[in-house]
Amino acid sequence: MVDFIRFTVNGLVGGSFYALLALGLAVIFGMLRVVNFAHGAFYMLGAFGAYLFVNEFGLDFWLALAVVPVALGLVGIVIERAFVHRLTRLDPLYNFLLTFGLTLILQDVVKARYTVSSVTIPPPYPLAADANLGLFHFPAYRVFVFVFAVAVCAGVWWLLARTRIGMVVRASTERPELTRAFGIDVSRWVTPVFGFGIGLAALSGVLAAPTRAISPLMGADLIIVVFAVVVIGGLGSIFGSVLAGFAIGLVQAWGEAYAPAIVSQVLVFLVMAGVLLWRPSGLFGREEQMA
Amino acid sequence: MTTQTDLKPARRPPVGPLLGRVARLPKAAQAGLLALGVGVAVWLPNGIYSGVAMDMLCWALFAVSVDLLLGYTGLLSFGHAAFWGTAAYSTALLAVHAHVVFPIAVLAGAGASAVLALPIGYLAVRRTGIYFAMVTLAFAQMVYYVANEWRSVTGGENGLQGVPRELFGLDLSDTYYLYYAALPIAAAGLFAAWRIVNSPFGRVLVSIRDNPARTRALGYSVRRYKITAFVLSAFLAGLGGGLFAIAHGFVSLDTVHWTTSGEAVIVVVLGGIGTLWGGVIGSVLLVWLEDRLSVAGFTLVGLITGSIFVVVVLAFRRGIWGTVRALFHRERDGRR
Repeated sequence: MVDFIRFTVNGLVGGSFYALLALGLAVIFGMLRVVNFAHGAFYMLGAFGAYLFVNEFGLDFWLALAVVPVALGLVGIVIERAFVHRLTRLDPLYNFLLTFGLTLILQDVVKARYTVSSVTIPPPYPLAADANLGLFHFPAYRVFVFVFAVAVCAGVWWLLARTRIGMVVRASTERPELTRAFGIDVSRWVTPVFGFGIGLAALSGVLAAPTRAISPLMGADLIIVVFAVVVIGGLGSIFGSVLAGFAIGLVQAWGEAYAPAIVSQVLVFLVMAGVLLWRPSGLFGREEQMA
Repeated sequence: MTTQTDLKPARRPPVGPLLGRVARLPKAAQAGLLALGVGVAVWLPNGIYSGVAMDMLCWALFAVSVDLLLGYTGLLSFGHAAFWGTAAYSTALLAVHAHVVFPIAVLAGAGASAVLALPIGYLAVRRTGIYFAMVTLAFAQMVYYVANEWRSVTGGENGLQGVPRELFGLDLSDTYYLYYAALPIAAAGLFAAWRIVNSPFGRVLVSIRDNPARTRALGYSVRRYKITAFVLSAFLAGLGGGLFAIAHGFVSLDTVHWTTSGEAVIVVVLGGIGTLWGGVIGSVLLVWLEDRLSVAGFTLVGLITGSIFVVVVLAFRRGIWGTVRALFHRERDGRR
């Protein structure tokens, strides 16, 4: 039983990353109808940003957590203005392809500097030790990751639910034409929202840095799982995407604990297959027009 | 644009605007280009290193299989490496363990891919557009994980080595001769793709691409047609993958990796979506380029292919073949 709870906590920590990445993907998709393949690349850049701060500049990890997401969010804004923006009027597939091309470029730029081998950074100061969770000990930093991710998701939820910008984003996610018809200038918010989504990806990257092997390919492998997550949750639903992120984290952790390695790795895709059979538009997605 | 398109919702046009109008070249130009293509294919290994020529052949099949879906059915499969790789592994396993002659092994490998494509296609066609791309990508990643974990069969990260080239005692150890032995198989695959596209079945696919709702109203089972196209496409990709395994003598995890899926899409977009032969040209160019880069000792291939992709998507969406075709036709398409 104690073991089961430990696996569960582990799953929630792993799910935190999925949830944060799915949240950013869903926010961007809602506003721009763009599925951002480069999301994984920015997660990777976030992790390398943390490495850069801690190991090469000798700065504090907490500073990286504050600065790197903002900096990469600004990079995201530049990318939206320079590239993504030009294609938003066309079929969404074009931007998917564009961001795929950007991913290859970003990956290789990092590869040129750090090769394919991975680096690590230690958990930051007051959280380096294990925390006593009553029943068992657990790395304190991982507990922080979960709490922090939930707080960020709740914060974004508050933004979306309670502020004017949130209303615009939600409205244009649900009914883009109608939102325009009400005279709301959706385009004004497109660029900042893209930057914000990228910032969330970078944030999860920084957050992941002390817990995972940092390598140029870490983002792409992860983002494909996140794609499965948002298909399960329904990309149109921000809440559903986040929830599916945590759920898949749990499913994977339990799979790793109780099933052979091969099963645990394909489990998320099997769940996706099941959802496609049962509710093709995702657990929380709206029915889309089917051909 | 005609008035018809104006009636469609501005945000999510059901017509795949990835695709140009179907504009045909004059008959004489068609015949000339066909003759040129056949000539180049026959001459190829005399002009360049035969291993590279062989790769071009395999990738041409791969690209055409992706274009069959993307260009003619309006479905972007971002997971075709699953079928390329599954066929590569199946072909190699047959050749290694059962010493099957290579054309049969390749056909069987392609068949294995087609079998795998049935459940994946069945599930994936439940979604359209960008979701279809994500779902196929995810399923391909699943195949990758299976290939990675199932070490006793696939060799995991070491790959599957020592794939023989058997053909009734003929000595095919020189890739130059293998190329000519493989050429008929590739040609048959490309011809089949051309026949599919120009058959009544192919017309239904195009109509699904352009207006799925109306196609269904006409009484066609859109889903069944899509699944059939998906399986056929997987078979073609498998032909390429199987030949690739025979040509290289080993199969690595790269064959099922998502970058391979992406590269297949790159060559199609570069050559021209919905042009069939454009993908062939794109493959030839990309294989040639990657060979030049590796000869020069340049390892950051993604930097180059990624840049090509960004430029093509931003500024050159018709692709090479699409541009050539447009030269022959005054384009009616207002959007560029």
